[in-house]
Amino acid sequence: MKPGKWYPVIILVALGLLLPGAASPVLAAGKTKTVVIGFTASKTGKFNVEATRQINGLHLWMEQVNAKGGVKLADGTMVKFADKYYDDESKKGRVQELYTKLISADKADFLISPYSSPLADASAVIAQQYNKIMITTGAASDSTYKKGFTLVYQTYTPASRYLTGAVDLLGKLNPSAKTLAIVHEKDKFSTDVVNALKAYAISKGYKIALFEGYDSGTTDFAPFINKIPQPVGAIMGGGHFADTTTLAKQLYEKKINASMIALLVAPPEPKFAELGDACISVVGSSQWEPAAKYSPESAKKLGMEYFGISVADFTKSYQAKYNGETPSYHSAGGYVAGLLLQKAIEQAGSTDTAKVKAVLDGMNLMTFYGVIKFDTTPKAHGLQVGHDMVYIQWQKGKDGKPVKQVVWPEAAATASAFVCPAR
Amino acid sequence: MWEQLAASLTDGLLLGFVYGLAAMGLTLIWGVMSVINLAHGPVIALGMFGTYLCFTHLGLNPYLAVVLVAVLGLPLGFFIYGVAVHRVINAPHLSSLLATFAVNMIIIGVGTAVFSTSPQNIDFSMGTLEAGPLTVPGTRLVAAFGAVLFTAGLYLFLYFSRPGKAIRAVANNRRAAELMGIPSSLVLALSFGLGTMIAAAAGGLIATFFPFTILSGGTYELKSFVICVLGGLGHPLGALLGGLILGGLEGLVPTFMPVSWVPVVEFGLFVLVLLVKPSGLMGAK
Repeated sequence: MKPGKWYPVIILVALGLLLPGAASPVLAAGKTKTVVIGFTASKTGKFNVEATRQINGLHLWMEQVNAKGGVKLADGTMVKFADKYYDDESKKGRVQELYTKLISADKADFLISPYSSPLADASAVIAQQYNKIMITTGAASDSTYKKGFTLVYQTYTPASRYLTGAVDLLGKLNPSAKTLAIVHEKDKFSTDVVNALKAYAISKGYKIALFEGYDSGTTDFAPFINKIPQPVGAIMGGGHFADTTTLAKQLYEKKINASMIALLVAPPEPKFAELGDACISVVGSSQWEPAAKYSPESAKKLGMEYFGISVADFTKSYQAKYNGETPSYHSAGGYVAGLLLQKAIEQAGSTDTAKVKAVLDGMNLMTFYGVIKFDTTPKAHGLQVGHDMVYIQWQKGKDGKPVKQVVWPEAAATASAFVCPAR
Repeated sequence: MWEQLAASLTDGLLLGFVYGLAAMGLTLIWGVMSVINLAHGPVIALGMFGTYLCFTHLGLNPYLAVVLVAVLGLPLGFFIYGVAVHRVINAPHLSSLLATFAVNMIIIGVGTAVFSTSPQNIDFSMGTLEAGPLTVPGTRLVAAFGAVLFTAGLYLFLYFSRPGKAIRAVANNRRAAELMGIPSSLVLALSFGLGTMIAAAAGGLIATFFPFTILSGGTYELKSFVICVLGGLGHPLGALLGGLILGGLEGLVPTFMPVSWVPVVEFGLFVLVLLVKPSGLMGAK
């Protein structure tokens, strides 16, 4: 036999050695795969505070899931997770370019949204175009999910249900209050929230005494504050951390009185306490709080599965990793985004987009963060329909320092809400 | 209605003093050397950060920090003048415009790298003054008072000191001033230094009551241009008047219409002044 006749056999043997997974089912069991999760993080700019917490939460999840060996697929492959991210500078204009790079150059398998509705909205377009599943977190605007996307899934309670509970709380706290002043940031998320809030308040018989928007990045709220009629039942609105904190501070400096001040995004952040007396009595809607009572038992009562870490363990491990920092709902949102991907991949037994999507579509479970269920109708695919908000109020602790308490709904309350004292 | 008007107008006018101070730096540089200083905004932002750093890291009272920042603004102005402006001082306006724009980009670039664009805040309270319908935060009152002090200082310097008189002489006629033995290069550098010093001081005062980023100076730079046109380019006291008009408008307009109309009215007035009295309210005839 000529030596050349052996070449195909030699090549086949060599390939068999090079691809051990293909050569033997025994070897397949030890196979590992790294799934890249791509996202942008607002490491600079006005969303820095919220986005940093969000990424902290995501990193904690990744560290924990990888430490446990990863997620096992149907073929026995163990999936571990790695992240790839860039700073979007809190600018919508940077997002699409960076997500395209994450998918094309960095080969991201799954995507997490950036923080904030406008940025998430911009990134969702790219996820859908490139057939990548994206879990959005830190993005509550309803409208993103009404654009026909099929691969974008929301973890937050939508903006349309963000502050409506505050109206119910006001009714309980001061039934004689009949007017509302709404001052809000003129961005997508805040506008969605206050439009829904306004409609709900009117339906409950409240009169809207002021409804005015301010530009993102506003630092002088005096022109708006001076327009708030006195007396007023409640002041509601705000936008994101930086502007809402300034608004709360200036409301205090101008000694504006109202039965309730309920603002967006900033109050649940532990950093809000740095306002000192100006934060006392301010109410905020929160996607999650460390005092939340989600547990395997409560899931059982509702007849649903509980998945992942407990509330206490999440809080404890987050504090241990981040120098004692108490996690905010932004941190929990980051963690749960990863957790949902983990659950979907685990249940699908695959990292294939179609199979993971099928699991997400049918998802109805409870986690430490609350109930998760997505709308699967073509009109609002991916919209969060299972999760509910809680409302917190900053109160004075025994040592005189501000303490955050859950005050609404009553079933989840850790303290009773009080009317904003005269300033 | 009247209570709202009084409160809004007071807030606007107090802010107007600080706007006027910020614009004074710009108008001084224009008046003496006909340079439109596009580095004005970033210098205001540097003043904010300088005050912030002195307050948070050195524990200085923010108003003392403003004085320190103003003092440091003078050599900074000399430096910017020497590096970017001096060589193009006699070139067409576009050259100095581009040179100061380059400085603007450098400061913003370095500032973004060092401080990021996350908002910072000087957490300092001076209490609140209450008088009838008026509730005015103390920090705004002190800032307005500070702006008046800086303006008075500048006025005294320009009208009663030899270097100040030299600046006015160079602004009036540089060639004639040189023939009288005034070293015009030094005077130009001093003018740029003074302009920078005032801008930095204005930034420091603003930082005591508003949060800021390295990009915040842009807003005040834009307002400064409007104020300079209102008051008359090259006229420091005109800048204070322009600042008060702008601040007053910012207080007045929201009483009668949505706040989003404020820039429409401001820039409408800007165009109107350019059409009717291009030299400004206190500008040369």
